[in-house]
Amino acid sequence: MSIPATAAFTATLGRELRIATRHKAEWLMPPLFFAIVVTLFALGAKPGDPQLAALAPSVLWVGALLAALLTLDRLFRGDLEDGWLEQVFVGPAPAMGMVLAKLLAHWLLSGLPLLLLAAPLALQLGFPSGAPLGWLLLGLLMGTPLLSVVGGFAAALTVALPRAGLLLPVLVLPLLAPVVIFGSGAARAAQAGLDPGGPIYFLAALLVLSLTLLPWAATAALRNAFD
Amino acid sequence: MWTWFHRLASPPSFYTFAERLAPWLLAFALIATGYGLIAGLWFAPRDYQQGDAFRIIYVHVPAAALSLSLYTGMAIAAVIALVWRIKLAEVAITALAPVGASFTALALVTGMLWGKPMWGAYWVWDARLTSELVLLFLYLGVIGLDAAFADRRAAARACALLAIVGAVNVPIVKYSVEWWNSLHQTSTILKFGKPTITTDMALPLYGALLGAYALAGVSALRRMQNVLLLRERRATWVRELLAERAA
Repeated sequence: MSIPATAAFTATLGRELRIATRHKAEWLMPPLFFAIVVTLFALGAKPGDPQLAALAPSVLWVGALLAALLTLDRLFRGDLEDGWLEQVFVGPAPAMGMVLAKLLAHWLLSGLPLLLLAAPLALQLGFPSGAPLGWLLLGLLMGTPLLSVVGGFAAALTVALPRAGLLLPVLVLPLLAPVVIFGSGAARAAQAGLDPGGPIYFLAALLVLSLTLLPWAATAALRNAFD
Repeated sequence: MWTWFHRLASPPSFYTFAERLAPWLLAFALIATGYGLIAGLWFAPRDYQQGDAFRIIYVHVPAAALSLSLYTGMAIAAVIALVWRIKLAEVAITALAPVGASFTALALVTGMLWGKPMWGAYWVWDARLTSELVLLFLYLGVIGLDAAFADRRAAARACALLAIVGAVNVPIVKYSVEWWNSLHQTSTILKFGKPTITTDMALPLYGALLGAYALAGVSALRRMQNVLLLRERRATWVRELLAERAA
């Protein structure tokens, strides 16, 4: 008996979202963490310092990165411990569809809230509203799925390791350096009145490349945890 | 030809092959590096703009070239290890990562030492420098991931996946000076057409480059031999080898 990939995808996505509604605190903490980190930057700076607005893209991007890191360690760990992952690999449905569904669920639950919070936090830092804010959010809209996909790949690599929490940031952060560079680069270009097209296209290219290559690599890494 | 390759991929025959090749390669590395450094540091003419400071290229350029070549080699070994599951390729990933990390660190440090008198700063946030730093972190990530696993085969496959994904950075480092018009100068020898460097300066540089490649080859071979001995320590060929040495 074979199960089509789409059915496996929707079933896994539904399962992930159902689990999330029953553990609300787990998904509310990262956005709260994001808000606190950004606020601490503002508190650390001189009140009303205009440099804070200049640094806002960088602060928001690094804050989003750190908030995404919080949830990554547990992304596949529970599934490994309760045996779900093993069933995925012995079962008839294509494993990559389910991995993709898990990554999409991770973005919906941890990336999307960050995106929604980013606009008020950017204004709090004195970032100009209007077109520059739009470019910042467009960058985050393309960048937060990248955090989930690249982070999910690193989480899959370290899923069977006892102390993955230490290794995971070291693996994820260098891979995400280009995302931060182009994402905040686009926002800074828009802030300075320049054309943010270049960095945005680079970000889009990274997103397309990662979406096609990394779910495959993450599936292979998860399979590696068993044999 | 293919049968020769096939035989070489088996651990005992690779071990004896490396044992025979390594001393010759080391001798060549010492001669080429010695010529490159002595001719480059003493006999090559001073640069009309940079004075004696330009002489750092005899260390910096070979180190930077190897940081990229070794990563490319590691990524190719990673593909071979994943697709054909050849044990020797898995060993190569583990062995190449520390060598590559050392050359990357050397390239960064020599670049910084040159940057201070030339640009007036040890570090600028330029595309070439940043991507080379990311390359160092990628190497360190592979080393860290390799050390975290207890099972060597699982470690090698995890490292292989990471090395392949990180390989996206290699062309970014290589072409960053052209894509972004960065502060880092463009290459003077590794390009199409006539080199924009005088022969007196170029010949020692070629010597240093060849020497550095040979040196990296020797350290990779020796590391692979050690990793093989450790991984195969229960195999009969290792026991026989050790008994032979002890006798």
